[in-house]
Amino acid sequence: MTEIFGVPTAALFGQLLIGLINGSFYALLSLGLAVIFGLLNIINFTHGAQYMMGAFVAWLLLNKLGIGYWWSLLIAPVVVGATGVLIERFMLKRLYQLDHLYGLLLTFGIALIIQGLFRHEYGSSGQPYAIPPQLMGAQNLGFMFLPNYRGWVVAASLVVCLSTWFVIERTKLGAYLRAATENPTLVQGFGVNVPRMITLTYGFGVGLAALAGVMAAPIYQVSPQMGSDLIIVVFAVVVIGGMGSIMGAILTGFGLGIIEGLTKVFYPEASSTVIFVIMAIVLLIRPAGLFGTQK
Amino acid sequence: MKTTKKLLATAAAAMLTAGVAQAQISDGVIKIGVMNDMSGLYADIGGPGSVLAARMAVEDFAPEKKGMKVEVVSADHQNKPDVGSTVARTWYDVDKVDAIFDVPTSSVALAINQITKEKGKAFINTGAATSDLTGKQCSPNTVHWLYDTWMLANGTGGAIVKTGGDTWFFLTADYAFGHALERDTEAVVLKNGGKVLGKVRTPFPGSDFSSFLLQAQASKAKIIGLANAGGDTINSIKQAAEFGITKGGQNLAGLLVFLPDVHGLGLATAQGLIFTETFYWDLNDQTRAWSKRFAERNGGKYPSSDHAGVYASVLHYLKAVEAGKTDDGTKVVAKMKDMPTDDPLFGKGTIRADGRKIHPAYLFEVKKPSESKGPYDYYKVRATIPADQAFRPLKDGECPLVK
Repeated sequence: MTEIFGVPTAALFGQLLIGLINGSFYALLSLGLAVIFGLLNIINFTHGAQYMMGAFVAWLLLNKLGIGYWWSLLIAPVVVGATGVLIERFMLKRLYQLDHLYGLLLTFGIALIIQGLFRHEYGSSGQPYAIPPQLMGAQNLGFMFLPNYRGWVVAASLVVCLSTWFVIERTKLGAYLRAATENPTLVQGFGVNVPRMITLTYGFGVGLAALAGVMAAPIYQVSPQMGSDLIIVVFAVVVIGGMGSIMGAILTGFGLGIIEGLTKVFYPEASSTVIFVIMAIVLLIRPAGLFGTQK
Repeated sequence: MKTTKKLLATAAAAMLTAGVAQAQISDGVIKIGVMNDMSGLYADIGGPGSVLAARMAVEDFAPEKKGMKVEVVSADHQNKPDVGSTVARTWYDVDKVDAIFDVPTSSVALAINQITKEKGKAFINTGAATSDLTGKQCSPNTVHWLYDTWMLANGTGGAIVKTGGDTWFFLTADYAFGHALERDTEAVVLKNGGKVLGKVRTPFPGSDFSSFLLQAQASKAKIIGLANAGGDTINSIKQAAEFGITKGGQNLAGLLVFLPDVHGLGLATAQGLIFTETFYWDLNDQTRAWSKRFAERNGGKYPSSDHAGVYASVLHYLKAVEAGKTDDGTKVVAKMKDMPTDDPLFGKGTIRADGRKIHPAYLFEVKKPSESKGPYDYYKVRATIPADQAFRPLKDGECPLVK
């Protein structure tokens, strides 16, 4: 068998694929963050908690109402997105005139409260969520065993990421959105309801986090701290990609997933730090991030 | 002149009484500190449940009837040695805490072991696993109550190698606990004629283990040893099922598994898992009665072995304080070792010179969903390891206290 640096190529392909799977979660989460930051200028630290809420809503729907995975994919983002709308309407809205830091502190505080409440109610070991029957089983790819569900996650997250990018960068609605962030007064002058648009955008970003949560539920344990483990990494992804750059967030998400996957093979001890090392290097060389533009 | 004499006499009397009080209970209160992971991946194993267990022990001891006053305080060490050390120093120096209990996470436990020795207080550990607490780093101020890596390795590792699982690959949590558990299990595997084909150190805490599991799969080892705990173990087991590793003929060995982990995994995923523990709620009438009482006050959640350990060890500590009439850490720990232990959860036992509490251990197997009568009916006993064989022999521990 051929080897690269002492690792059989077959095993390496397997690891690349795993990296891609993890990358799709990074991409999906950093996409939501990038949308919220790019269009609202808010550093949404509640994102991890909202991802966790997505997973919990899916779990509650299944266990309390008997509603399965496929409906949860639709319902959970709407429900969690609605809570996001409330947060924006009643709290974040008051902070737009102030420094970014205020928004960051508020969202961070909300995240801690939400996590605390869920932990109080459900404990920290989490709840099991079964893989939907249609996606059970796995494909033998020769070099690895690919669970169908993981394949689905990669495909679904690619579709969601690219459509979001398309809507924001290539449609009229997206053009309104971008214009409204550049100059809200002018856009309002054209008869567009800017505050409502901003609220819905935040709700949409939060919904994306919840969607990622539902997709993660069958893979990881549905537990209150599932988001806080991930959110720091996802922030690093957004910083590397360039704050606010949507394509940047998507590409860096997948790319860093792969880099992290490879680190797990060659030097596993460093796999939890490698992303931050890259972040430090990128910030030194390109402070605005790989795909960001200096403002 | 007369007044001076009187003053002197009063002062002397005051000093005398103060001196007597000093020799007994400092500041009149016995303060117990329960320190553990209140919010992270080990919070269900210890967490607020341990505080409840300590309070129940105090209530059952009924200190007010014995003229004693006992207080329970608690803190979150976040699984970080620096946080734990700061709390311990504040507790000992400022808050007048007399003894610290629980403390899961071996790296934190080893730090507090040192501080407690320095300050001459008492440290009764139930949550941490490293056998170094009663080995090279043993201390006259520390008792290790519940379980340790040697016991887990010997119980689970020994049983598995003897039934044919002779090639191993380790998934090891990358900190003191994982390293100790891996080391002790590897020794047992080798001693019984097995082989270790590889190991990988995983960042702690982690959520995605699929990459490491694939490496384990590629090694073709018969047994994948999980030298991790809590959320890490749960996610490893879940993902091993997902990637068809268990179906492919490889088996998982959960080296440290607690009841809340099995509850979190669900029987469908956890069934067949073999591991060693020293307590299960459904062992006998006394454990059932206590666990029922505990669950009623813990939102219906049944106790982990750690909770049971905190209850039993607080009870024994208070008995030793009462018998020795002092809360001086070094003296109480010496008294705890002198007195035989007896409590409803672990039965009769002893504490050895190296601080190791001795009781039987059990090799459990997780029931199939069809065998379980309902929530928390999860374990069946495969074997009982008698108290004198469950723990590392005193002479092998290299503890300087044992001469």
